[in-house]
Amino acid sequence: METKHLDRVVIRFAGDSGDGMQLTGTEFAKAAAEAGNDISTFPDFPAEIRAPAGSLFGVSGFQLHFSSSEIHTPGDAPDVLVCMNPAALKTNLKDLVDSGTLIINTGAFIEANLKKAGYQANPLEDGSLDKYKVHAVDISHLTNTALDGTDLSTKEKGRSKNFFALGLVFWMYGRETEGEIRRIYQQFAKKPGFGEANVKVFKAGYHYGETAEVFQTVYKVPPATFAPGMYRNITGNEAIALGLVVGAELAGKKLFYSGYPITPASSILHSLAKYKNFGTLTFQAEDEIAAMGAALGAAYGGSIAVTASSGPGIALKGEAMGLGVMTELPVVILNIQRGGPSTGLPTKTEQSDLSQSLFGRNGESPLPVLAAKSPGDTFYCAIEAVKIATRYMVPVILLSDGYIANGSEPWPLPNLATLPRFDVIHRTDPTGYFVYQRDERTLARSWVIPGTPGLEHRIGGIEKDALTGNISYAPENHEKQTKIRQEKVDRIAQDIGELDLSGGESGDVLIVGWGGTYGALRQAQQALSQQGKKVSHAHLRWLSPLEPGLAKIIHNFKTVIVAELNMGQLRAVIRDKFLVDAQGLNKIQGQPFKVREITAAVDKQLESLPTASTSSSHIQVNA
Amino acid sequence: MSEAVKIKLSKKDLESDQDVRWCPGCGDYAILATVQRTLATLGVKRETTVFISGIGCSSRFPYYMNTYGFHTIHGRAPAIASGLKVTRPELDVWVITGDGDGLSIGGNHMIHALRRNMDLKILLFNNQIYGLTKGQYSPTSAMGTRAPSTPSGAIDYPLNPIQLALAAGATFVARAADTDAKLMGKILEEAYKHKGAVFIELLQNCPVFNDGVWEGVKDDPSNKQIALIDGKPLTFAGGTKGIKLGAGLMPEIVDVKDGNTSELLVHTERGSSLYANALAQLVQPNFPMPMGILYRQDKPTYDQLAQAQVTEAIEKQGAGDLTKLLYSGMTWEVGADGTRH
Repeated sequence: METKHLDRVVIRFAGDSGDGMQLTGTEFAKAAAEAGNDISTFPDFPAEIRAPAGSLFGVSGFQLHFSSSEIHTPGDAPDVLVCMNPAALKTNLKDLVDSGTLIINTGAFIEANLKKAGYQANPLEDGSLDKYKVHAVDISHLTNTALDGTDLSTKEKGRSKNFFALGLVFWMYGRETEGEIRRIYQQFAKKPGFGEANVKVFKAGYHYGETAEVFQTVYKVPPATFAPGMYRNITGNEAIALGLVVGAELAGKKLFYSGYPITPASSILHSLAKYKNFGTLTFQAEDEIAAMGAALGAAYGGSIAVTASSGPGIALKGEAMGLGVMTELPVVILNIQRGGPSTGLPTKTEQSDLSQSLFGRNGESPLPVLAAKSPGDTFYCAIEAVKIATRYMVPVILLSDGYIANGSEPWPLPNLATLPRFDVIHRTDPTGYFVYQRDERTLARSWVIPGTPGLEHRIGGIEKDALTGNISYAPENHEKQTKIRQEKVDRIAQDIGELDLSGGESGDVLIVGWGGTYGALRQAQQALSQQGKKVSHAHLRWLSPLEPGLAKIIHNFKTVIVAELNMGQLRAVIRDKFLVDAQGLNKIQGQPFKVREITAAVDKQLESLPTASTSSSHIQVNA
Repeated sequence: MSEAVKIKLSKKDLESDQDVRWCPGCGDYAILATVQRTLATLGVKRETTVFISGIGCSSRFPYYMNTYGFHTIHGRAPAIASGLKVTRPELDVWVITGDGDGLSIGGNHMIHALRRNMDLKILLFNNQIYGLTKGQYSPTSAMGTRAPSTPSGAIDYPLNPIQLALAAGATFVARAADTDAKLMGKILEEAYKHKGAVFIELLQNCPVFNDGVWEGVKDDPSNKQIALIDGKPLTFAGGTKGIKLGAGLMPEIVDVKDGNTSELLVHTERGSSLYANALAQLVQPNFPMPMGILYRQDKPTYDQLAQAQVTEAIEKQGAGDLTKLLYSGMTWEVGADGTRH
């Protein structure tokens, strides 16, 4: 047996949506993190919970990139593909690197499944897989055999086969099994029979790798080097929930969170519902509008009020968000973006709700918008959203996306003592109080809450007098108030940190991005820089107001490329704001950017230099 | 010095400095005056009283109350009020809505606020018409109602607000006419004391777009109304007529002979929902309308249950420790050499 050292591996598990691929991937990611690798994950699953077995549209995948050096993405293409059935092979094989490793559950390659996947002939027999390293293993049968003598039904036994696959890859990559065995028992603590069975099958998979002579090599990916400190593995939705709890604490207030079930935002509600001992109240509302309404009511009462949804739900919340703009109440609205329009691609990622966030309300209705760049970053963005909302008395939209929400990475745990507090002080002094009297620096009105004697007042959605808050239809007053509401948002720029820029402040190409594309864009820019190319990458956290740092550098580049997973929504803003002929690098496939797509697009732009670019066409991504 | 004397308010104390902008003769004036007078009598605190409304003529109400007030958006008042009540259970939260606001665009929020037994006092001003948008028919308009949007007459069957409230799970259901200050005051007083979802239908006149729509009930209280008294039989017309249930539980009007009410239904505020629903079916023009408290029930409110879960979580898990929370799950330490320990 040979041991081979690798710097990094991209592995993808693919199978039926009922095959437990998400669990397998998550567990293997934990093992990689436990072994000290840097990791990045990309779960990619259909909207159907249990799509018909063996169907192409029911294939669920989980990609894991683990490495002995720092990584930013789940990897462009898998080196190893684990396929639990023909449909998984059919839909995923095109992504596997040439001469990549294929682990195939031959037990599922029966006539009926092959037909469902659209195979005329069995690919295991027709030579079509010759260019790959194929490991054909009858996982179905071996799983059954491992469970011989247990009182599980055939169906129940079948459910364990993902643990065979997990055991097998544990062996392939020389992972310690004790931790995993412990986790399986914990996970199935309420159904010890299943826990026992899954451990049996997991061990069977591991031992199969050891004893069967199909695998000649064990691969080792040595630990990566990290900055010293405590770490945990975290997904975007877990981190955003923690950020909200911490944000409320830093504000010295209680958290109220209202939501309506929607993919991919729901798990934030699930997390926060468990944090009741922090005084956190969660409210599953009857619909999206009510969730927004309840948040406004809680904000009116003095809570740190948060609601979350995805694009379709945000559309429903629009009117109530406008009420928040008008009454100047602090609410945080999370949009965990997915593919659109309408129901769109519920479980896939996209950045196509930027325009909706900036403009998707009636009237002149500006509000601050920021976007998280990675799973761990959502924690800090959530805190920042709470801070800005309460400091400026304004609803804040925080954008995340399906890729960040479900993806995970090792996360250096913050030192709470170093996070600055921003305690909220409610006005209680009735002397000289006017409802729309404003703070000089922030233009915020005082947050006076019911229960305060002598400060009884009325607010509402009708235009208000700029001082007293009484109903006013006066023409000049409306224009004044409209401008104040905009200026309030603009002034947030004074509290925004440095622009996240990698590369020089001038050069040939500036890549501008925002949100979850950060990892791929940053990695592409670094690769291009290493080749001596004058390419920089500015990643925007604040989209409204636009990062002030961008204005200082955007004119210093021959070409500006705005890379987004949409048709060019930020590009439109940038062209409007800076009058630069920004080019769009756009992908609308429900999938994140691959690094090579970005480097290719930038190289193409570099080739066309120094001839000034005149077209405003999009650069097409063909994945 | 007596605190009680200090906090005692007059009706005037509850009037805001804003000009009331309803049409002359609007039933809303009478309701506003009764609410102000009753709350003053009850000795509520202005600072802990909040009025939340949606959109429509009635929803301007909070501007005229010298309490905390929030004039929100169409139909959403129960949702916004729910968020406030859950987070600030010590506040008295009143919701002002109308038949269009509360039963049409906001029907869903109404159902769910009542279902949760949210401790809100919901006053629904029912004038069977959209006033602020100039007279379209509403979900409570009678069949055949001619309005700008239904020149040939409405072909929608109307909604019965009381039935809806009962079905949704309101724990205090009552009805009064806008001009019946005495009854409305009594109901408001009981509603104020009730812990839970209150639904009060106020029969309100719109003199501009639907004048006299309730006259069939209000012009002849003796014959067209049943004054509900807990424990007393359902009678009207000076005690000469009453209501009994016939075959198939069909309500029937019967004559009361020699004061014998033994076959009549006996009003029971805390009766079954079957009884309350029978009561809800007594509507004009076939029956006199029951006025007063139709139904009440005591059960834990949403805010009580929500707070209890927080208390229980703290008792069981201890007060939240953020560091512990962040460091939960699988954590590991990276040492000075940059590798995992």
